[in-house]
Amino acid sequence: MNQFSFPILSTLIFFPLLCAVLLIFIRSEGGENDELLRKTALVGSIIEFLISLLLLVRFNAENPGMQFVELVPWVKSFSMNYYVGLDGISLWLVLLTTFFVPLCILCSWTYIKEKTKYFLISMLFLETAMIGTFVSLDLILFYIFWEFMLIPMFLLIGVWGGERRIYSAVKFFIYTAAGSIFMLVAIIYLYYYSYKTTGAGTFNLLDLYNMHIPISAQFWLCAAFSLAFAIKVPLFPLHTWLPDAHVEAPTAGSVILAAILLKMGTYGYLRFSMPLFPYASHQLLPVIAGLAIAGIIYGALVAWVQPDMKKLVAYSSVSHLGYVMLGLFALNVQGIEGGIYQMLNHGVNTGALFLLVGMIYERRHTRLMDDFGGLAKIMPVFATFLMIATLASVAVPGTNGFVGEILILVGVFRSYPVLGVFAVSGMVLGVVYMLWMYQRVMFGPVTEEANRKLPDLNTREIVTMVPIAVLIFVMGIFPGLFLRKMDASVNYFIKQYQSKYEMYTAEKNGNSVPAALQNVVNSEAVSREGLISSRR
Amino acid sequence: METLKFILPAADYVAVLPQIILVATALVVLVMSVFKDLAKASLIGHVSLAGSALALAAVVFTGSGGPPFSSFSGMVLTDRFSFFLTLVICMIIVLTVLVSLNYQKFYENIRTGEYYALVLFAGVGMIFMATAGNLILLFVALETMSISIYALTGFHKDQLKSGEAALKYFLLGAFGSAFLLYGFAFVYGATGSLDIIKIASFIQTHPQILRFKFLVAGLVLMTAGFGFKISMVPFHMWTPDTYEGAPTSITGFMATGVKAAAFAALIRAILVPLAPMQESWIPIMWLAAVLTMTVGNIIALAQDNIKRMLAYSSIAHAGYILLGFVAGTNIAQAGMLFYLMAYAFMNIGAFAVVALLCKKGEEFNSISDFAGLGFKYPAVGLVMSVFLLSLAGIPPTGGFMGKFYIFTEALRSGYVWLVIAAGVNSVISIYYYLRVVVVMYFQPQAAGNQISLAVSPEVVVALAATATAVLFMGIFPSYFWSLASNSIFSLM
Repeated sequence: MNQFSFPILSTLIFFPLLCAVLLIFIRSEGGENDELLRKTALVGSIIEFLISLLLLVRFNAENPGMQFVELVPWVKSFSMNYYVGLDGISLWLVLLTTFFVPLCILCSWTYIKEKTKYFLISMLFLETAMIGTFVSLDLILFYIFWEFMLIPMFLLIGVWGGERRIYSAVKFFIYTAAGSIFMLVAIIYLYYYSYKTTGAGTFNLLDLYNMHIPISAQFWLCAAFSLAFAIKVPLFPLHTWLPDAHVEAPTAGSVILAAILLKMGTYGYLRFSMPLFPYASHQLLPVIAGLAIAGIIYGALVAWVQPDMKKLVAYSSVSHLGYVMLGLFALNVQGIEGGIYQMLNHGVNTGALFLLVGMIYERRHTRLMDDFGGLAKIMPVFATFLMIATLASVAVPGTNGFVGEILILVGVFRSYPVLGVFAVSGMVLGVVYMLWMYQRVMFGPVTEEANRKLPDLNTREIVTMVPIAVLIFVMGIFPGLFLRKMDASVNYFIKQYQSKYEMYTAEKNGNSVPAALQNVVNSEAVSREGLISSRR
Repeated sequence: METLKFILPAADYVAVLPQIILVATALVVLVMSVFKDLAKASLIGHVSLAGSALALAAVVFTGSGGPPFSSFSGMVLTDRFSFFLTLVICMIIVLTVLVSLNYQKFYENIRTGEYYALVLFAGVGMIFMATAGNLILLFVALETMSISIYALTGFHKDQLKSGEAALKYFLLGAFGSAFLLYGFAFVYGATGSLDIIKIASFIQTHPQILRFKFLVAGLVLMTAGFGFKISMVPFHMWTPDTYEGAPTSITGFMATGVKAAAFAALIRAILVPLAPMQESWIPIMWLAAVLTMTVGNIIALAQDNIKRMLAYSSIAHAGYILLGFVAGTNIAQAGMLFYLMAYAFMNIGAFAVVALLCKKGEEFNSISDFAGLGFKYPAVGLVMSVFLLSLAGIPPTGGFMGKFYIFTEALRSGYVWLVIAAGVNSVISIYYYLRVVVVMYFQPQAAGNQISLAVSPEVVVALAATATAVLFMGIFPSYFWSLASNSIFSLM
């Protein structure tokens, strides 16, 4: 059911596509209409953002399930549906997406000089794919948006990127596609399994949640899904595409990559790996938590030694996403809400940092910290914004980062105190490299002559940064505004997860034969008993 | 004494109406080429276009409804399977003629009646391969197709490469045909019939025949014979050289039409009538599918010539389609048909773009020739990207849906490792398809490279139609899927 009289989610998905089609018809030879193109795209993306705000108005925070649901049969013979919906987990991610796209168009106003039309079209296609990924409730639909997202991002990096753009773009594409092909096999296997057990195959995520999957199969399926998401997150040691892609992408590309695309991985764990395969994901927990901790510390250490600001921010992403994963796998309300909140924070903060690095790069065509120093006096407005973003990134109280990290830490300490200790040590490293960067760039004497004449931020750039700065404080001071909307969904998620996990554990303990050796018939018989007992 | 009556019901001619139209057009075109004045203009090509379009219309208006029937004493089978394949092949012919109309601007000899007549004759052979109910007709149809294609491959008479390609194809193809015929002979010896329906019923009523070595030998030889045509590893050796040397318009025709016809024959003459022998071919075909995919994809990685790359990619695609053969179920066969249709669109489209890059007697087939194309000709770049991404199996394209259907059914039949192998192969293939996109969009046009495309309205139609079809099959696959699955379920 939909709380609006019109299909709002489809509007959100396809409105950017419509704008992109509109742009195709604007002539662009020799850049004559670039200004018009930019304005059209900007207005389109702002309208999109306003439409997405309507979601907030009608979103029912009491309802843990899917809202604004639309279901249209699509491929009947394989029971694929165009099935979209939104709950407290995906709501903010959709809003984050629509929030960042106009900012990315604004920040590229003068940065992208060539092929502006195609840049904007790619951007709008990307928005369609991203929103589609967050709201899809049909596995194949999800997969299609998920894969389709690669193409515009690939073009963004490859066409408008830096020196090693081709290498980075191809690496990004291949890494992600390689991960997702196994996810596709797992999706098909799920369909086939539902076909075998119920007689009617389904790709419907909500139906698959309720399906009993034998423990032996769960491991392989969970591994296939997790691989795709782990690459996207990225989880150490699958992160190597990230520094390349982030550094070579144009500012807007880095911002979208950091703010939204990485969230697809963590979102995927929350939406697919964990609820579909509760037993297997619980068993994989030590591995994932270990890799998350490794990522936190490794990312922080590598970020520390980077001479290039953009690389530093890129590696800090590896570290920050480790926290998110840790929070999600703490599997309590604080951990998961903290994880989701940190997903948003990381989007906002890292987005802001990439935007600022992009602004300074546009002025000096270098990102090396050694080339700067003493900028605080020359560019006070820039310095203020960078301060805000840096402090938010190191989780100073009053900023959004603090709320997210404290929630995650509470969650982790409740579940696994030892991991909490490691996480805190990573946090300290985070403060070190971020503040050190700030100090090297902003304070000290002005060493380079060229830096003396750097102009401060212009109106457009200030307009780009102000919403983010405001959001950092709003999210830091009034976290309840955001958390309240996700409470119901997260509580429901945890309740479901735990009851299913207990059911599988009971099944496992009730049967002395190791899961791997069970034959299908045997496990199915057990599963029926398990289902019945859990219903009682 | 009984008088011999020669009666053929009227419906029989309807069963072969598209073929009749194609042959008539071919003859008209041949006669036209005698008159020099006519030959100079592109009239010949346009007449061929009209004829093939008429044949396509005939398929659409006559073929779909009605119960299946056989005609010409069981020689020609008319069912929805025939309808589907005839439809696909007629579309391939129309598209090939459209592409040739642009391509002929640069090559004197393409403008001739012989060229178009051979294309049409090859098309007739393909259609008969898909509709034949008798092994003899199947063989004659295969030869009609093959010989026409051998000649077309060597049509660049002034290019050594083209001659070499034709000779190679001819020699290896002759071996393939011999194998096939030998296999037919064994099957005839074992079952006492050349009629496909009778063979099937004979095997069903005499299950002990399955252990008869002649039948197994026949199966193996037939598989080898068709394996040549679909370029299944290890019978693929001719493919890259032939695809590279042939005129580009013909390469697209060969890669799609021959494959569609040969796979149709494979389903009609082996998969369905010899279904009880599944046990004995599954291990072989399993291995063949894996090898075909892997060899095709790995070697394609190293190609710098786009025609050779697409040749290896076509080998790899044969491997994906063979997955459906291994699974063998009805739905898997429908998946094969869906894939063949999607493959026809995306591959002809891709070759049409390659053919666009030609200039007076000069071909630009190196991948690096595509540098900067994406922004210089945005529309051409876009459709080429659609074709390549579809070949790579990226949604939302027909190529993805085709893979999806085949993989799903192979998994349902329990071939998990085969599907995983196919998945790994798909990832490998992304690299080389993406390379072309990279070159088109990320690399600036080289200074000395002044490629300017001569885009005629015909080729615009061809590209727009194929790109639309590829996207349509990816986003709304239901219609095509029901077309494909209906055709399998009505198989005689």
